[in-house]
Amino acid sequence: MASCPVPVLTPSTVDQVLAHLAERPDALLLSGGTDVMVEINMAHRKAPAEIVALRRVQELQVWRHNPSADGIGGTVTIGSGVPYAEMEHGRLAELLPALAEAARTVGSPQIRAAGTLGGNLGTCSPAGDGLPVLYALDAIVHLRSIGGGRDVPVEDFMVGVKKNVLEPGELITGVTMPVRRGWQGYSKVGVRNAMVIATASACLAMDRDLGAVGVALGAVGTTILRCRDAESWLAGELDLTADALEISDALAREFGQRAAADARPIDDHRSTAAYRSHAVAVLSSRLLRRAA
Amino acid sequence: MNSSGVPEPEIYRLTVNGEVHDVQDAWLGESLLYVLRERLGLPGSKGACEQGECGSCTVLLDGAAVCACLVMAASATDADIVTVEGLAPDAALTDVQAAFLDEGAVQCGFCTPGLIVAVHHLLEHNPEPTALETREALSGNICRCTGYGRIFAAVDAVVASRAEQIPR
Repeated sequence: MASCPVPVLTPSTVDQVLAHLAERPDALLLSGGTDVMVEINMAHRKAPAEIVALRRVQELQVWRHNPSADGIGGTVTIGSGVPYAEMEHGRLAELLPALAEAARTVGSPQIRAAGTLGGNLGTCSPAGDGLPVLYALDAIVHLRSIGGGRDVPVEDFMVGVKKNVLEPGELITGVTMPVRRGWQGYSKVGVRNAMVIATASACLAMDRDLGAVGVALGAVGTTILRCRDAESWLAGELDLTADALEISDALAREFGQRAAADARPIDDHRSTAAYRSHAVAVLSSRLLRRAA
Repeated sequence: MNSSGVPEPEIYRLTVNGEVHDVQDAWLGESLLYVLRERLGLPGSKGACEQGECGSCTVLLDGAAVCACLVMAASATDADIVTVEGLAPDAALTDVQAAFLDEGAVQCGFCTPGLIVAVHHLLEHNPEPTALETREALSGNICRCTGYGRIFAAVDAVVASRAEQIPR
C-alpha cells in the first residue's frame, strides 16, 4: 500500500477526487465540515486515516438551470459543493422557493456559508433541512466514481438514519430538481428561531401542470417520509391545476392529520414522538394554507 | 482535541492575515480554531462551543464569515484567512471595535471578537442594513451578557459614521 505523507488531500477537480477515492475508497470526503468537524471536535468520531477535502473543487460549486424546450420550467442542477448561502436569495431562490426557505433555516449565516447539499446528503440525517425539499420535488442525486456514474432518486438514496447507498469510491456530484409551476414552501419547528436543528419539518410543493402535490416530512422517521396518501387525497379533493385554491380550515386540518399519519417519530433528546406528530400535522396544514 | 486514532504529523501552510505560516506538529483533523490559537499564537478567535453554535471563533475564509472550529485547518491551505487580529494594522482598533467600546457593547468580552468579524463582514456586503438584517446577520453569534441592545447600537453608530464619511 502506498504511503501518503499528507493525509488531507485537497484536489481541485472531480477527476482528481475520483482518482484519490479509487486508491483510498475509505477516505472521508469533507465538504463544508459543519457535521464532520463537530464529531471530530467532540471526539464522537476518530479522525479518519485519510481525508479528501472538496473545498477547492470548483466544478462542484456551480449550479445551472436547464430550461425545457418552451423556455419555462425545466430543471435545476445544483453542484454538491454549492453552499446554502447561495440558495437563500437571487435566481436560484426564484426557481426553487422551497429550497430557499429551507436554506434560510439552516444553522446560522456562518453555517450556511460553509454547509452544502452534498454534505446534507452525505450525512443523511433525518433532520437535514435540505432533504425534505429534495423528497417533495423527487430530486435525482448524481453519483460518480472512477468507473462511471449513476443517478439515484433521493428516496432510494437515503436508506436510514445517517445511512445512504453511497458506495466506497463514489462522490456525490450534484442534485437535479424540477422547476415546478405552483406554490412551494418549507417549514420547521425547533426550540428557537436561529441556529437550531429541526424537531420536525415539512416541505410542500405543488405541481400545477400535473395537478399534483408533493409533501415530505423531516425528523419524524428513519428517513425523510413522503406522504403519498395525503397527496392523493388532496388531489382528489381539489383541482390542483387551478389558478387559486380554495382551502377551508376543515380541509387544511384534515390534510395535516393525513400527512401526520405517515410520520413515524420517536422520543429522543430533542422532543417526544407525540409532539412531533402534532407538529408535522400543524406544519403540513399551514403549508397548505400558504399555498392558497 | 481528540488524539485517538493513528496520529500522523502534518506540515502545511496557511495564509493568515496576509502572512504565510508553516503549521508543524499538528494532528490530522485539527480545527482551524485550534491551529490559530495553539500553533500560530493568534488567540483572538475564541473557542467556546466548538460545534459551530456560538460564533465566537468567526473568521473570514476567502471572504466568507465562517466558524473556524468547523474548518479542518489542513483543508484550508489555499485559503485567504482573516482573523480579528488582521482587521486593522498594528493592533489599531477598527471603527467597529471603537464603536463597541463607545457604546458599551462589551461585557465579559468572550463573544466580542467573533461579533467584530461578523459586523465587519455584514457592513462590507450591506453598508446600511435594516434592524432585521443586522439581527439575521448576527444570529450565529451568541452573547449571554449584553442582551444585544448595546451591540446593535454599536452597529448603528458605525453605519452612521461611515455614511458621514462618504460624500453624497
